Amino acid sequence: MEKPSASMWRRIKSRYNLVGSICKTCNTVYFPSRTVCRKCGRNTKMEDSTLSGLGEVYSFTKIYTPPEGFKDVAPYNIVAVKMKEGPIVEGHLVNASKDNIKIGMKVKAIFRKMLTEGDEGLIFYHFKFEPISV
Amino acid sequence: MRKVAIIGVGLSKFGERWELGLKELMAEAGLMAIQDANISSHQVDAIYGGTMSPGRFVGQEHVAALLADQLGFHNIPATRVENACASGGTALRQGFISVASGIHDIVVVGGVEKMTDVPLSDATTALGGAGDQELELSQGITFPGLYALMARRHMHEYGTTEEQLASVAVKNHDNAYKNPFAQFHKRITIDEVMKSKVVADPLKVLDSSPISDGAAVAVLAPLEIARKFNEVPIEILASTQASDSLSLSERSSFTEIKATQIAAKKAFEQAKVSQKDINVLEVHDCFTIAEIIALEDMGFFKKGEAAKATANGETVLNSKLSVNTSGGLKGCGHPVGATGVKQAVEIVWQLRGQAKDRQVSNANIGMTHNVGGSGATSVIHIMKRAD
Ligand SMILES: [Zn+2]
Repeated sequence: MEKPSASMWRRIKSRYNLVGSICKTCNTVYFPSRTVCRKCGRNTKMEDSTLSGLGEVYSFTKIYTPPEGFKDVAPYNIVAVKMKEGPIVEGHLVNASKDNIKIGMKVKAIFRKMLTEGDEGLIFYHFKFEPISV
Repeated sequence: MRKVAIIGVGLSKFGERWELGLKELMAEAGLMAIQDANISSHQVDAIYGGTMSPGRFVGQEHVAALLADQLGFHNIPATRVENACASGGTALRQGFISVASGIHDIVVVGGVEKMTDVPLSDATTALGGAGDQELELSQGITFPGLYALMARRHMHEYGTTEEQLASVAVKNHDNAYKNPFAQFHKRITIDEVMKSKVVADPLKVLDSSPISDGAAVAVLAPLEIARKFNEVPIEILASTQASDSLSLSERSSFTEIKATQIAAKKAFEQAKVSQKDINVLEVHDCFTIAEIIALEDMGFFKKGEAAKATANGETVLNSKLSVNTSGGLKGCGHPVGATGVKQAVEIVWQLRGQAKDRQVSNANIGMTHNVGGSGATSVIHIMKRAD
């Protein structure tokens, strides 16, 4: 991947704390946050809104051919999660074996290391998902 | 608005063309197209060049002016068009608009990508830019990964199977076997697809279009003067385009591409034809699941039925609807910027009756479908013989 530094830090609220946004005109929750509401256009009234981190798996895959920067962690599980608040959020799934990943499975967001820039470089963190044990 | 026709087409051979650079690829396709159109270089009024990421692949930007110069068009306006993997289709549409509007008469449209000079991980990164960089690629979610998420959901909602998806690749390799311009001339079996290396589960190497070099060129003219150049002009009956969010996650469904649904509906209205009038169709099968979703979104099959129909042979060459006679992106290759123009080249050959071993016997009206990213852009054209 590109030198991720600048956009990593700029997006730190969403990547560390799942901060999205809510349009106060129509009450639609967005993740990641956006400036203009898709439904309300010029009548947008956007505020920060933090997701609970709880949701259900909408779809999933395991990636074996990674882009630059992810060679050391491949293969890795990716899930698309339908969050309790409405938006779909994509992320890594950890602490799950292949056999127990199912559509509809309940998961929660946690905070984990994503990758290291080189051997001694910066460590980048990001939300990931893990199964909620029942 | 004036009626627009394609009066000449050209194609480079697709594949790993290590012996050719960007310039030579464009010239190979371009020379063929201007000879086919019977035009001299000074008659060309403008050029549109579709390419996705030449800066990442070969370190070259400003490619449309380069294309104009390589083909010997002196000092004409040259405009690069970029819409990820739909760059070629979008360039064709820009050419169509400029001729239809009356601003230009003879317009050359090119598409090109030289992808095999960089390692696979660099290419994967460059292609990943077709999705939402901050949201998807930054987490290591690749392009195959996005289509894998679509495939998994389609399997869940409609019972689509991996074997049914594999039948798309088998069919497209069968067609590519008959296309001298195709990257692959090797028939494959369902079993070989199923046993090929997993890229992003459930998609495997043989569900995926390859990394390719290639170029495609088409020459456009107003229909009213098209016959001066070519006895069989191909009229563009419809040229439509729609967009959506770059990120897959910000769309309401993973089993449809809304931009395709909108562009297809508009195209059928514009051309005043319906699905049953189309018998030769090039769709954007960057992955096997993409062909299935496209056939459903364009209304050729009901949602959830295209995979079964494909496995039953309903889209093979000279069935009711011949899909991806060129071999598609899977079999013919996918030099991303070239693909949308190549689809038009194939349809022109089919409608003129020049497709040789892969000729569709009753080819009358043809259609192309070119997608950018995981569905943020969709471009559709419908064409018909106008002799
Ligand atoms: Zn709103």
